[in-house]
Amino acid sequence: MPNYLDFEKPIEELYEQLEKTKQIGVKGKIDVTKLLAEIEDKIEVVKKQLYSNLTPWQRVQLSRHPDRPYSLNYINAITDNTFMELHGDRTVKDDKAMIGGFGMVDSMSVMFIGQQKGHNTKSRQYRNFGMPNPEGYRKALRLMKLAEKFNKPVVTFIDTPGAYPGLEAEERGQGEAIARNLYEMSILKVPVICIIIGEGASGGALGIGIGDKVYMLENTWYSVISPESCSSILWRNWDNKEKAANALKLTADDMLKQKLIDGIINEPPGGAHSNPEEIYQSVKKVIVTELGALQKVNASDRVKNRIDKFSAMGVVQEG
Amino acid sequence: MSWFKRIKEGITTSTKEKKETPEGLWYKCPSCKSIVASSDHEESKYVCPNCGFHERIGSEEYFAILFDNNQFKEFNENITSGDPLDFVDTKKYKDRLRDTMSKTHLKDAIRTAHGQVYGHDLVIACMDFEFIGGSMGSVMGEKIARAIDYCLQHKLPLMIISKSGGARMMEAAFSLMQMAKTSAKLTQMSEAKLPYISLLTDPTTGGVTASFAMLGDLNIAEPGALIGFAGPRVVKETIGKDLPKGFQTAEFVLEHGFLDKIIDRRNLKDSLAKLLVMLKS
Repeated sequence: MPNYLDFEKPIEELYEQLEKTKQIGVKGKIDVTKLLAEIEDKIEVVKKQLYSNLTPWQRVQLSRHPDRPYSLNYINAITDNTFMELHGDRTVKDDKAMIGGFGMVDSMSVMFIGQQKGHNTKSRQYRNFGMPNPEGYRKALRLMKLAEKFNKPVVTFIDTPGAYPGLEAEERGQGEAIARNLYEMSILKVPVICIIIGEGASGGALGIGIGDKVYMLENTWYSVISPESCSSILWRNWDNKEKAANALKLTADDMLKQKLIDGIINEPPGGAHSNPEEIYQSVKKVIVTELGALQKVNASDRVKNRIDKFSAMGVVQEG
Repeated sequence: MSWFKRIKEGITTSTKEKKETPEGLWYKCPSCKSIVASSDHEESKYVCPNCGFHERIGSEEYFAILFDNNQFKEFNENITSGDPLDFVDTKKYKDRLRDTMSKTHLKDAIRTAHGQVYGHDLVIACMDFEFIGGSMGSVMGEKIARAIDYCLQHKLPLMIISKSGGARMMEAAFSLMQMAKTSAKLTQMSEAKLPYISLLTDPTTGGVTASFAMLGDLNIAEPGALIGFAGPRVVKETIGKDLPKGFQTAEFVLEHGFLDKIIDRRNLKDSLAKLLVMLKS
């Protein structure tokens, strides 16, 4: 049974209708083929209509859809199950909210890194809801340095509601861990591609987000704060999350317009989870194309371009 | 019983002889409640002479404390936020900026200047907490980036005095990217082998901690300063327990290995000059 969001009610109802009609067809002697086709057509029309006019808040909801593919799903599909996961930050522990390792994309060895969420209550807890501790960021950095040493490109998948705001995280320097990654990723000598596949919440996302190319999937968000927290700080309640989602201009379209990302990867109608194979192929195509282009540039130019790109971000008025 | 009864009615002191107590002549320490003359408090660099409590001060005071004869050249003093998102919450961001500017006589939450510390050249970028909580938006990122360019051009060391609640929400992703921008620019300081000293003062949290504030060649803090990534309220909500005493203070952060030193503001200028000499190539 797939999960439906509140605004997907019309589609859910149509699917229910479809199921019932099918059962009637199985049980009785009535020919339902025509009716089934009609309902299926209607589903396509409604889907198209619904998903072409999503509000920012609806996209936020889609980005958190429980059926959505997570980092490991993408990595396994893109590397044709050649992914070798590597563990640990060599200092404190292995953070399950951050995964990484080598995998083959066609004939190319690539270091993949990403925040990982879980698909059920148990695995969500195991993955700490995709909220890394400092050791997660340090593990990511260790693996990026490993890739740099052997001249392998880095691809990161971003999907986090934020860096974990816990007691131990503070003790072990969450701020320093993220800061160090921003610094080191700016000067990493190998190509870096970052793709936001779900939630891109603040410093926790940016901690693996400094890339030569930064992409967002169509139904994801990327900002300095979640709409809920923004609402609770600015309006002192959680009821203005839709207003906050609008105000933050956090969708892929907005981010591209603001020149804060380099591109958008389109999702199938209904979101990435409605046709995972399609989105895996789209993501793989972007990775292959971009890495091909980036590898033609020499390392020091690539680093310079990366620093220049991020240095140009911001809007000020000269007095 | 004239001890308890006035013999002469009314106030007999003439207006001419009345002694005025000017506003702000006294400073009451919020920590130990002791009272000192404001001039003495200023003399001790806004540190309580009794208990050592460090009062929050702004760029004006830091420049006066650190730069020789309070002389310095300020850069880009008139750049202001562009409000790229046309942000509106309970109030328009533009109006909020205008009101804050007229209230604080500042243009944004950071000022950058070049001066001398006991004859040693230093560029200081200093935050002002009273400007929207010292929050980091495009102006802060740009001013730090330009200060770094100035340092690179003139081969000068840099100190950033942090005092900030973190990113400025009204600039959303633009403010987030200032973390990337400032950190990327700092790599150029390292490349040029120019010292960068980070001074963390009360409070330094959020996006500022998670970028340049933690990236100093030397990370120095003032005693008792609140330093952290997540704010204490958020951490408390996360763990559902009271926080241990002293959690996220400068002393706590030093014990966990993220600070080089805690320096009393009264010794700051002397220590800074010594460090600058030791770092000089």
